[in-house]
Amino acid sequence: MKKELRLMKGNEAVAEAAIRAGADGYFGYPITPQSEVMEHLMSEKPHERTGMVVLQAESEVAAINMVYGAAGAGKMAMTSSSSPGISLKQEGLSYIAGAELPCLVLNVVRGGPGLGTIQPGQSDYFQAVKGGGHGDYKLITLAPSSVQEMYDFVELGYELAFKYRNPVMLLSDGAIGQMMEKVELTEEKQRRSHEEVIKQCPWATTGKTPDRDHNVITSLELDATKQEQVNHKIQAKYKELEEKEVRFEELQCEDAEYLLIAYGTSARIAQKAVSQAREEGIKLGLLRPITLFPFPKKRLAELAGQVKGMLSVEMSAGQMIEDVKLAVNGKVPAEHFGRLGGIIPSGEEIIEAVRKNFIGG
Amino acid sequence: MEDIKQPENLVYKKSEVMTDKVLHYCPGCGHGTAHRLIAEVIEELGIQEKTIGIAPVGCSVLAYDYFNVDFQEAAHGRAPALATAISRLYEDHAVFTYQGDGDLAAIGTAETIHACNRGENIVIVFVNNGIYGMTGGQMAPTTLEGMKSSTSPYGRDLKMMGNPLKMTELVAQLPGTHYVTRQAVHKPGKARKAKKALKKAFQYQQEKKGTQVVEIVSNCNSGWKMTPNKANEWMEENMFPFYPLGDIKVPEEK
Amino acid sequence: MTEELIIAGFGGQGVLSMGKILAYSAMMQGKEVSWMPSYGPEMRGGTANVTVILSDDRISSPILDTFDTAIILNQQSMDKFEESVKPGGLLLYDGNGITRHPERKDINIYRVDATDEASKIGMAKVFNMIVLGAYVKLKELVKMDDVVEGLKKSLPKRYHHMIPDNEKAIHRGMEILQEIQKL
Repeated sequence: MKKELRLMKGNEAVAEAAIRAGADGYFGYPITPQSEVMEHLMSEKPHERTGMVVLQAESEVAAINMVYGAAGAGKMAMTSSSSPGISLKQEGLSYIAGAELPCLVLNVVRGGPGLGTIQPGQSDYFQAVKGGGHGDYKLITLAPSSVQEMYDFVELGYELAFKYRNPVMLLSDGAIGQMMEKVELTEEKQRRSHEEVIKQCPWATTGKTPDRDHNVITSLELDATKQEQVNHKIQAKYKELEEKEVRFEELQCEDAEYLLIAYGTSARIAQKAVSQAREEGIKLGLLRPITLFPFPKKRLAELAGQVKGMLSVEMSAGQMIEDVKLAVNGKVPAEHFGRLGGIIPSGEEIIEAVRKNFIGG
Repeated sequence: MEDIKQPENLVYKKSEVMTDKVLHYCPGCGHGTAHRLIAEVIEELGIQEKTIGIAPVGCSVLAYDYFNVDFQEAAHGRAPALATAISRLYEDHAVFTYQGDGDLAAIGTAETIHACNRGENIVIVFVNNGIYGMTGGQMAPTTLEGMKSSTSPYGRDLKMMGNPLKMTELVAQLPGTHYVTRQAVHKPGKARKAKKALKKAFQYQQEKKGTQVVEIVSNCNSGWKMTPNKANEWMEENMFPFYPLGDIKVPEEK
Repeated sequence: MTEELIIAGFGGQGVLSMGKILAYSAMMQGKEVSWMPSYGPEMRGGTANVTVILSDDRISSPILDTFDTAIILNQQSMDKFEESVKPGGLLLYDGNGITRHPERKDINIYRVDATDEASKIGMAKVFNMIVLGAYVKLKELVKMDDVVEGLKKSLPKRYHHMIPDNEKAIHRGMEILQEIQKL
């Protein structure tokens, strides 16, 4: 069968993927540079196509709590926003993680802090991978670096979210959200029936039937001893994720003497830097984390024995570098290079940083 | 004793829609009665299997332990947002929120107003006792002028602390609300009326008529630092004149 | 083959949609494409630009500092992007409103007076298609059939009746193209 190809913006790809993945509900609030997600959904009339509910909420706070409600009821729910809006969603995310519910959240990151800029940034890394809200929890964090991945990671995100009963964040940025690339579309799936929801999510508030006790979705446990057990259970899940779900891509790492670590838009630039550097005789490689949590620690520790230096390239003041340093544990010099405030670094700047930090001259 | 326990002697029975869990509420608190009335209404309407409740943050945070229906516990003030999504995804279910005054009329003001304005097909049960009970008696958005609380120890000074908010009158103005009423549960007569109102609200919800709001003006004897009897008297003398009981918005009957 | 180009002008000139049609056309031919716009408030009446990459291979960075081709539609963009054309590359511009014409000696320079032409034929809306026509003729990377297909894909259905006008404009652009400097 001929594949359906479409030229799409990253934001539109996420929206289209959600409809085709059989998502049940999207709840959002406009903010640049991600408004095309809801715009695309609304223009596609998913309520007619698949019966998907799309609602523009009164705030990001309301939107994430709508997701909380839908997820508690076993539905495939999602929301999207950009940095300032994602900050507002942290309360809800903490509850969703605490209640162990599956959902999908897209952050099309812009430069901060505060209102910052609307240009692309990667300065929400800590917020995404270290929890973000209150309490000991983590989000499964996927970092798409192309429009195709924006599309593909919606379904992957839902798969992981339901498998682990944990919120999943797609950590994107303004460049990937706004740019158009070729996307290979998958076939539209039917939304799950009521019976299928009950089968997949026996814990959900689908309505108490005589054959079972009432289901309760809560993140509250006043008994500290029991709350500690809840935490241990959640932590065990994160450990399992670190063992089973680490994803990354390597580019010319086999013979690399120096290694770039970059995700998202930075990884695209880094890819260009690798080929340029090789033309200049520098054996540069790239490790692109696809899951930021769980982070590819083991692979980085292995590569620490091979390369002479690692450079974390981020559009931030240096956030992922901390995880890189933890992973290599001093075995190899690891440095940060980044541009701030919505500026995307150039390939030349990256190569220059490799020279300055590790080669000299 | 066992001889007396015969069906023909039965004068009161706990609703099947309540669990066996012992309520944690203070003696004399109105929450227990309000819970029971809702449970009875759900039972009488035969909608236990399709009821989904949303609990607030506040004294009734553990409401989910007492109702034998599926329940979700919301973040503070966000119950109407959860209910919005659930009622849209389960159109035939009976979705209701149970919220206190701090939850509904302070931190959750936006969620309340917008859910009501959209006309979400839900029942909102709003228990107003003019104080934050669970956190230890702080001033609420509905605390009356001059009323003492731990954060208004010399009485609510309107100039300094602003005015008490009549949230129920406010949402009654919105096109999305269908039936809006204010009730009480501290006396048998009042409780019977409140039950009728709750039943109407759930019936209208099942008929997909939009947002139904039932406020229950209640007491908080521990927060108000009074005996239960005294608290009820004080409520009648002070709360009812400012929050008068009765229907505020009545749908036109066919 | 990789073609890295920038289209720059005023917001509202159809800069972004021209890039989109071009990207779609190349995609029809099985090429990898990327379309990276400047975005934000600057789009509303200010300057707008879009970087388009057409390639036989997987595209690494969608964001570039230098270009094989620059299509320049106002003076600000001329000042900003003339220097970004790779030596031996192509600069195509509309002479309308240009007070300082390109000065580089190491690039190919062509001119298409699309603004004047569009008003002459009374179709201001197809201005960008006249420019596109000139580019298509110069680079011969995309076939006319695919451009029409690209138009169909990127225009909302309610504008499909305008496709013949757009085609005409593309042909007009091919005709009025002027060579200024050829290496």
